Amino acid sequence: MSTPSATIVSSAAAKTLDVERIREDFPILHQRVKGKPLVYLDNAATSQKPQRVLDAIMRYYREDNSNVHRGVHTLSERATHAYENARKKVQRFINAGDVSEVVFTRGTTEGINLVASSFGRMQVGAGDEVLITGIEHHSNIVPWQLLCQERGARLRVVRITDDGEAPLAEFETLLNARTKLVAISHISNALGTINPVREMIAAAHARGIPVLVDGAQAIPHVRVDVQALNADFYVFSSHKVFGPTGIGVLYGKQSLLDAMPPYQGGGDMIKSVAFERTIFNDLPYKFEAGTPNIAGVIGLGEAIDYLNALDWSAVENHEHALLEYATQKLKQVDGLRIIGTAREKAGVISFVLGDIHPHDIGTILDGEGIAVRTGHHCAQPVMIRFGVPATTRASFAFYNTMQEVDALVSGIHNVLKVFH
Amino acid sequence: MSELRALYQEVILDHNKNPRNYRAMEDANRSVEGDNPLCGDHYTVYLKLTNDRIEDVSFTGSGCAISKASASLMTSAVKGKSKEEAEQLFETFHQLVTGELDGFDNIEELGKLAAFSGVSEFPTRVKCASLAWHTLKGALTSTATIVSTE
Repeated sequence: MSTPSATIVSSAAAKTLDVERIREDFPILHQRVKGKPLVYLDNAATSQKPQRVLDAIMRYYREDNSNVHRGVHTLSERATHAYENARKKVQRFINAGDVSEVVFTRGTTEGINLVASSFGRMQVGAGDEVLITGIEHHSNIVPWQLLCQERGARLRVVRITDDGEAPLAEFETLLNARTKLVAISHISNALGTINPVREMIAAAHARGIPVLVDGAQAIPHVRVDVQALNADFYVFSSHKVFGPTGIGVLYGKQSLLDAMPPYQGGGDMIKSVAFERTIFNDLPYKFEAGTPNIAGVIGLGEAIDYLNALDWSAVENHEHALLEYATQKLKQVDGLRIIGTAREKAGVISFVLGDIHPHDIGTILDGEGIAVRTGHHCAQPVMIRFGVPATTRASFAFYNTMQEVDALVSGIHNVLKVFH
Repeated sequence: MSELRALYQEVILDHNKNPRNYRAMEDANRSVEGDNPLCGDHYTVYLKLTNDRIEDVSFTGSGCAISKASASLMTSAVKGKSKEEAEQLFETFHQLVTGELDGFDNIEELGKLAAFSGVSEFPTRVKCASLAWHTLKGALTSTATIVSTE
């Protein structure tokens, strides 16, 4: 029996993330850039990969490389097993009801395009509406614009507040009898705003409208349960969640995926082909034409194993502390204005600094070994909304430290020095 | 830091803060917009061209310090020059910012434009330094009204 005080100590210890230990898992972080230790704060663009993900990809190519779902030989059986095992890992990771609801894509962008092209075309007709929010990434705008143009439908947008929030009330007023599909980001890449997706989905479902959630920025920061959210489609990219580039996931409810026509035709997505008639394969293979990115899928599976081994409540505490600390520190810099001050935010701070252009800021910070993103972050409508051509964006992962935040702030003071 | 000091030289910071010839020209006979969509840099270059000589040149717009200082220094450098001379100067300037300038033979020809020598160490900034020049070239040849460096 432990004493009450010992219990408190151990529960507090369980919530503290050993960041230095975690950083050892990421070889890329241990290098100098321009003579300074690398400070990588561009995680919303892409995350770094732990050694075991790199090892898993290398091991696959060295030992098991073969095509999947084809051969009867040993290597093909091994590759197929590893590939399908990774699908099960994804299913458990996002709590999908069935493994057939996990479709591998090239990434978030392809996932959205797949849904727009296949489901969108059967769902949206002339005079109908597709509803998105004002904080979307271009990848959750342009596919719907293309669909609306083709179908003679109308794209409607939930306006965002000065804090960068898409208010639920405004969202609900835009839902109407013509709304046939809703597409919303879980977390904004440009502002860090967390959308109230659960409430938005419930409001849409109350009117019988299906919802796609762009989870690209959410998946590395929050544990996603697609059934609890009741999302009809949920899409994300492996590379934002510590896995390799070129692979992503489309989760879709089985009843919807079953009713949808294929997105691309080719091998693997068919049961039988004759010139007169082709019978499509079952889910999820119906949507996986051609030889897939096998190494990418295996790498993603390994990244999920890595994340599952972490104490997630400690990760969330640490990321929250990083965001709080960085926000407080940056607010104290003269002339610095944070763009995106939503009450619910994750891992991203976008800012402008007087009239100093973000590209100059980015170049000077790079001189200090600090990697940030500068530009419009593939969210030009967000830039227009806030009346800025571009911002500088620092985005965090659990391997970032308070010292790195200090380095960023000191780098920004150097920027001010250069520009007086 | 030394590479950065070479990039952000005093003359560049000065022209960024107080750009010369920064105005719309009402009696211009050529005006062309230059755009770098990736950065959001956007400038308009105005020309008064008489018998293939640049009688007057000005610009408006916004962008990073490198692009704005480059536009400012460019207008100062090409005023009064012939079309051919301006195009030759762009050629030399382009070699400077891409690090292809052979020795220092042409450095005198560049005058204050030599302040951009540090750009060659920053490949992502070459477009910033050359945006106004591409726009000027568009205005001189007068075939385009919008020039993009993307």
